[in-house]
Amino acid sequence: MADIAIIPPFAIKAAVTSPTSEKPLARWFLMAAAFTFLAVFLVLPLIVVFDQAFSRGPAKVWETLADPDTLSAIWLTLLVAAIAVPLNLVFGVAAAWSIAKFEFKGKAFLTTLIDLPFSVSPVISGLVYVLLFGAGSVLGPWLKSHGIEILFAVPGIVLATIFVTFPFVARELIPLMQEQGTGDEEAALSLGASGWQTFWYVTLPNIRWGLLYGVLLCNARAMGEFGAVSVVSGHIRGLTNTMPLHVEILYNEYNAAGAFSVAALLAGLALVTLVLKTLLEMRYGDDIAASRGH
Amino acid sequence: MSTARGSFAGWQFSKPSVVPGFGLALGFTLAYLTLIILIPLSGLAWRSAALGWSEFWAIATDPRVVNSLELSFGASLIAAAVNVVFGSIVAWVLVRYRFPGRRIVDAMVDLPFALPTAVAGIALTSLYAPKGWLGHLLLPLGIKVAYAPLGIVIALIFIGLPFVVRTVQPVMEEIDREVEEAAATLGASRFQTISRVLLPGLAPAIVTGFALAFARAVGEYGSVIFIAGNLPFKTEITPLLIVIKLEEYNYAGATAIAAIMLVISFFMLLVINLLQSWSRRRYG
Repeated sequence: MADIAIIPPFAIKAAVTSPTSEKPLARWFLMAAAFTFLAVFLVLPLIVVFDQAFSRGPAKVWETLADPDTLSAIWLTLLVAAIAVPLNLVFGVAAAWSIAKFEFKGKAFLTTLIDLPFSVSPVISGLVYVLLFGAGSVLGPWLKSHGIEILFAVPGIVLATIFVTFPFVARELIPLMQEQGTGDEEAALSLGASGWQTFWYVTLPNIRWGLLYGVLLCNARAMGEFGAVSVVSGHIRGLTNTMPLHVEILYNEYNAAGAFSVAALLAGLALVTLVLKTLLEMRYGDDIAASRGH
Repeated sequence: MSTARGSFAGWQFSKPSVVPGFGLALGFTLAYLTLIILIPLSGLAWRSAALGWSEFWAIATDPRVVNSLELSFGASLIAAAVNVVFGSIVAWVLVRYRFPGRRIVDAMVDLPFALPTAVAGIALTSLYAPKGWLGHLLLPLGIKVAYAPLGIVIALIFIGLPFVVRTVQPVMEEIDREVEEAAATLGASRFQTISRVLLPGLAPAIVTGFALAFARAVGEYGSVIFIAGNLPFKTEITPLLIVIKLEEYNYAGATAIAAIMLVISFFMLLVINLLQSWSRRRYG
């Protein structure tokens, strides 16, 4: 990480003779393969989003973004993330606190269960709520008679988003807090701090960057989720349409410039996420290091 | 660490600790987990069990379902395999070589994690459409990507790439250079050192990366449906078929297909886990 010596590969003479490096030709081949692959699969799709969005000029982009349907989609996306992310944050801290600071039976099983949403298709994540609250379910008729709308309404979208973003914070915090152990907390407690004081003034400062890292990833997924939300949303314009769903609607209406305008906004969000993530890794790498490589 | 406390027959649920809040934290964790994940998922299991064997079998052997499963799992296998090759090369270049902009390239690898799948879907489609930047180059060669199975593979490569790179990269960083020096001293060529000394050590990480990329690809929906064309029997993936059944209010069909998908992915991950522990025993 600290190695910042920037040497163009063609300038390295020493490396040619090094026994732990490839021959220059092999280096060139590997680098060319890697860069071509990344350019075709990552860079080009990103450029095409902005190119398509601005293909009819910035005014058209502005027109799409200022449209009431788009604004309501942006608002809904922010609202859903504002509910789902804090809930998963509290859960992540609670789960990491119990798993990292204590020894109990069934801990490995609990950790596996927390990871479960990552191995379930987003479509199935939405489907389980349709089965739970839909017309054919046990709860469905009761909800209907009481006028409670969950499916094809905001609560369903929030629930599906919580499901798919469930493990993010917990996964970052568990290895980090396991590595930190309980020494700091024991010291604070022995000096007379209460449990909550210990948590606020000792544990939280210790895990803040790891927590922020998890929240960042959780938020990116919450705002960008498509499959699960698509199943429970009902696609009602202006009411249950999130930004990614709005992209689909505009695209299917052959309004490519409009779809790519909203997509460009989401891509901008992704780029901001990546920049913040990289900054966090560079500045506080050690504080979140335990969570890397998992 | 812990002092022995009275416990029945030597069994105790948790070890005693001076740190407070165990009951509250674990209680909240279990309640939230049960409400959000376990009850909805067991609802799926319960509903598919309620279908009855003959109905379940009829849905499972429906040619359209079988076709979509073959496509989903086949395309995911190919995409994960491509990602293993190029993801390992990308990780190697990032770990071993120093070049200007390495940090930016490193950060870019996570783009598929951060970019919403619907955005990736329409971007790849416009790139590979017959008039797209890459599509119009490939069309004269007779290669059709968008609205063809190849397009599905492309989308799945996109979303799976960071899984392989981020699993293999930390293990590569840990490699002890002395091992390579020893191999070189003993007369191994660079190629021999990589293929017979380094690769076996990387095998468990590569298998894990493959498994993660594969698992993600099988369930992927957002990025695929735009580029696939979604023709039944040709380019219809299983998650899309679930959505179609739901839109037809055919809850039984959607439930059964979802259950089949979960069982197959679970089984394949089990096999990969066994493979992984075998490679760890053999090479780890």
